[in-house]
Amino acid sequence: MSEMSRRKFLKTGSKGIALATIPIIFKANPLAALMAPGGGINGLKDYYEHFGVNESIISQVMATALEKGGDFCDLYFQNKISNNITLEDNIVSRASTDVSLGVGIRVVRENQTGYSFTEEITPKAMKEAAKTAANIANGNKTIKSVELKLHETPSYYNVDTRWEDVGIDTKIPLLQKINDKMVTIDKRVIKTQVYFGDSNDYVLIATSDGRIVYDYRPQTRIFAVCNAEENGRRENNYDMLGGRMGIEYYTPESLENLAISTVQKTVNLFEAVKPDAGEMEVVLAAGDAGILLHEAIGHGMEADFNRRGESLFADKVGKKVAEDFVSIVDDGTLPNYRGSLNIDDEGNDTEVTYLVEKGILKTYMHDKISARHYEVKPTGNGRRESFRHRPIPRMRNTYMLNGPHEKEEIIRSVKKGLYAESFTNGQVNIGPGDFTFYLKTGRLIEDGKLTRPVKDVNIIGNGPEVLKNMVMVGNDLKIDTFGGTCGKEGQRAPVTDGLPTTKVSSITVGGVSS
Amino acid sequence: MNNKERLELAKWVVQQAQKKGADNAAADLGKSRQIEVEFRNRKLDVLKESTQNSLDLSIYVDKKYSSSSTSDLRKDSLGKFIDEAIAMTKYLGADEYRSLPSPKYYEGRQDKELYIFDSGYESFGSERRVQIAREIEDTALNQSEKVVACAGYYTDACYESVKVHSNGFAGSRKSASFSVGLEVTVCDDKECRPNDFDFKTVRYIKDIPDHKKIAIAAVERAFSKIGQKKINSGKYDMIVENRAGTRLLNALSGPMRARNIQQKNSCLEDKLGTKIGSDKLTIIDDPFVEYGLGSRLYDSEGMATRKRIMIEKGVLKSYYVDNYYGKKLGWEPTIGSSTNSVYEYGDKSLDELIAMMGTGILITGFIGGNSNASSGDFSYGIVGQLIKDGKAVHPINEMNVSGNVLDLWPKLAEVGNDPYTFSSNRRPSMYFKDVDFSGV
Repeated sequence: MSEMSRRKFLKTGSKGIALATIPIIFKANPLAALMAPGGGINGLKDYYEHFGVNESIISQVMATALEKGGDFCDLYFQNKISNNITLEDNIVSRASTDVSLGVGIRVVRENQTGYSFTEEITPKAMKEAAKTAANIANGNKTIKSVELKLHETPSYYNVDTRWEDVGIDTKIPLLQKINDKMVTIDKRVIKTQVYFGDSNDYVLIATSDGRIVYDYRPQTRIFAVCNAEENGRRENNYDMLGGRMGIEYYTPESLENLAISTVQKTVNLFEAVKPDAGEMEVVLAAGDAGILLHEAIGHGMEADFNRRGESLFADKVGKKVAEDFVSIVDDGTLPNYRGSLNIDDEGNDTEVTYLVEKGILKTYMHDKISARHYEVKPTGNGRRESFRHRPIPRMRNTYMLNGPHEKEEIIRSVKKGLYAESFTNGQVNIGPGDFTFYLKTGRLIEDGKLTRPVKDVNIIGNGPEVLKNMVMVGNDLKIDTFGGTCGKEGQRAPVTDGLPTTKVSSITVGGVSS
Repeated sequence: MNNKERLELAKWVVQQAQKKGADNAAADLGKSRQIEVEFRNRKLDVLKESTQNSLDLSIYVDKKYSSSSTSDLRKDSLGKFIDEAIAMTKYLGADEYRSLPSPKYYEGRQDKELYIFDSGYESFGSERRVQIAREIEDTALNQSEKVVACAGYYTDACYESVKVHSNGFAGSRKSASFSVGLEVTVCDDKECRPNDFDFKTVRYIKDIPDHKKIAIAAVERAFSKIGQKKINSGKYDMIVENRAGTRLLNALSGPMRARNIQQKNSCLEDKLGTKIGSDKLTIIDDPFVEYGLGSRLYDSEGMATRKRIMIEKGVLKSYYVDNYYGKKLGWEPTIGSSTNSVYEYGDKSLDELIAMMGTGILITGFIGGNSNASSGDFSYGIVGQLIKDGKAVHPINEMNVSGNVLDLWPKLAEVGNDPYTFSSNRRPSMYFKDVDFSGV
């Protein structure tokens, strides 16, 4: 599309296609919102206007929420606009947009939660929802008016241009560029797909302890898929880019590299074999293999599973769980990473939380409920999928710090084993600690050298055992910005994970019986 | 808003879309109401009530297509929403296969009572909901002091929706579902906390199973895992319990989707009419199962549903073909995704299958893993029991089962007489010969 036609569109339409859905939700003053410079809402006043509320209304809703004796409550206003476009068979022929707007009202009594939400942000609808949530308690209480004080936050994801100011005509060429490259660099490529997603997420959180805080959360991802054929054998693979970024993140070089790596990862699979089935030494490659931390250790360290006695880590705080060179953190502060948050979804500051420090289990990941239970400060891990969900402890960006070993030294130490590089998905069974992750690509290690590629095998282990069995940790930590999406109790959350090259002395690898 | 009013609004949306420049449009308007109750430590732990409204609008302009959704159903908002959806669509690439289904596929819609909405839903009281969740948890906690954590659940939901297409389709439906369940963790004498669960979902209140029995069964399942360990890698006969079977079946149904075939990502391409499983494998897509969780008279594209055989005695008879990929392939559409999957069931119970197997592995649950639609390879983590001489020897965990779809289904030796009716996939327990397991 030429610049001229783009301008024409802006004049006759709105600032951009993504923005085009916004006027619907600017209830208080749509014109002001449209005319706001440089991306709309920025200060508390703008957020109040955006959601059509003020301190007095919020205070009244809180009084209703707590009238039956709840200990505290919070209101989570959210307006999220998500856009997705798909390229398939060389055409960008599918686009979708979703606009969601609403407020979730939570009332907590001891460890118990009452929750309701409304998609209609009016005092009447909010009070009705508050009454529903209030039912978690059954007493009477007169509430003093809550005075809200703005809580300042850091900025872990500044973007040059907000996604609402980026038209679909700007995005489409990105997909085409990736596709053009993928279909030309290798004759074995038979089908390609490119998926692009972005979202603008505006949240305003008010808590009955007097905090009000707002946050703008951008998110984007490009996902390239390749199917290739050689001598009648077909393979497919994918690669991606993304994070809490603006469009400026996608450079011609990064898009070209994405295309090349997607095709390369696919055609490499033609050489792939299945490993022998059974226990073996596994070297986790730096980066993507951080999914092991997420599944094997991360979920078991979420405080709700421990508060309820379900996790094997429930009585392990302060105890030695790994070698001295193992330190694992969950970090909400990495600039522009997919799992980063300026504030969590309960309005708490995020931080770098040490789960394991020099082999000692330090702390769980907390939301407000668990922090009260354990009488500790919240760690900023209270997250929710949307205003339709209550917050629960969730990971953000989970990774292991560098250790003392060299990558080459680690690989050299393995006589027969598996070098695990990329993964598609994982799962954990909290109580027994069994976890799995599905290996998409890797290599065999034979006599200390990387040899044939392997693919499509599941790896299964036990979280606490694997933690103990991390016998070498490299000094080459890598964390991709784009990560994945974690599911827990029916709620999805964007996360990332990372790892330096790490050797685990024994894990069970799915494969063929020799 | 009721479905009649919703239908009027959907028609208005479609008319507006056409007035504003769409060649064709489809509007889906829906409302869902859900109530969730969770009991822990003999206290009400979570009480959640929610109602959601939504409009999904599909626009077709000059062979270009987009879909947009919103929860703001006020007419003045919808006017702008439609404008913007059309503006966005115009930027996309033209695709000759993008269109609403031909009206001929709307014809023949059955006029059957599917029994998917229980009018008793409207009067089902909050106290009863809380009572069920409380009694489930109480029952579980009373089983043993070794129950270290458990949660009793009750959830019900009501869905109302209408669908209108500009080329002549209009339909509405209303359904409800009721779910009860328990998650339980027990402790053994070592450092292990085995857990298990049982959830049951039904369409009618009369079919809600005895929730106390659910609690007792879930606790028994958790206790049966005490002492779990892995065994040697190797080939074993395998029985997959009915409630656990979906993951294996999904590895089979994925490659049967037209999208995967058209995108050259299916190990079942060119396999229509050929034998891909043993004689014991017959899968029927039946949208008319009374009280069925997947029952419907029209599919997500408005096409009238009908019963069809997908696999008959191991022979692949049909793919899941939606309108768009059907056109791309030059095929008639069937149904884009399964409604209720029903099977040709055997005459043996799970216990009889175990006795028949003699020695092997009983899989009671999968954990993680994935499959590759293109090659048919799969690999999943498992939990279950080692069986010898028809008896459970000890629980097993931390093992994988791996193989290929094209190798696995010919090894299906027998199926049970026990359809799992608490899912739209009403699979029986299944017995396979010689499957690869990795453990020690």
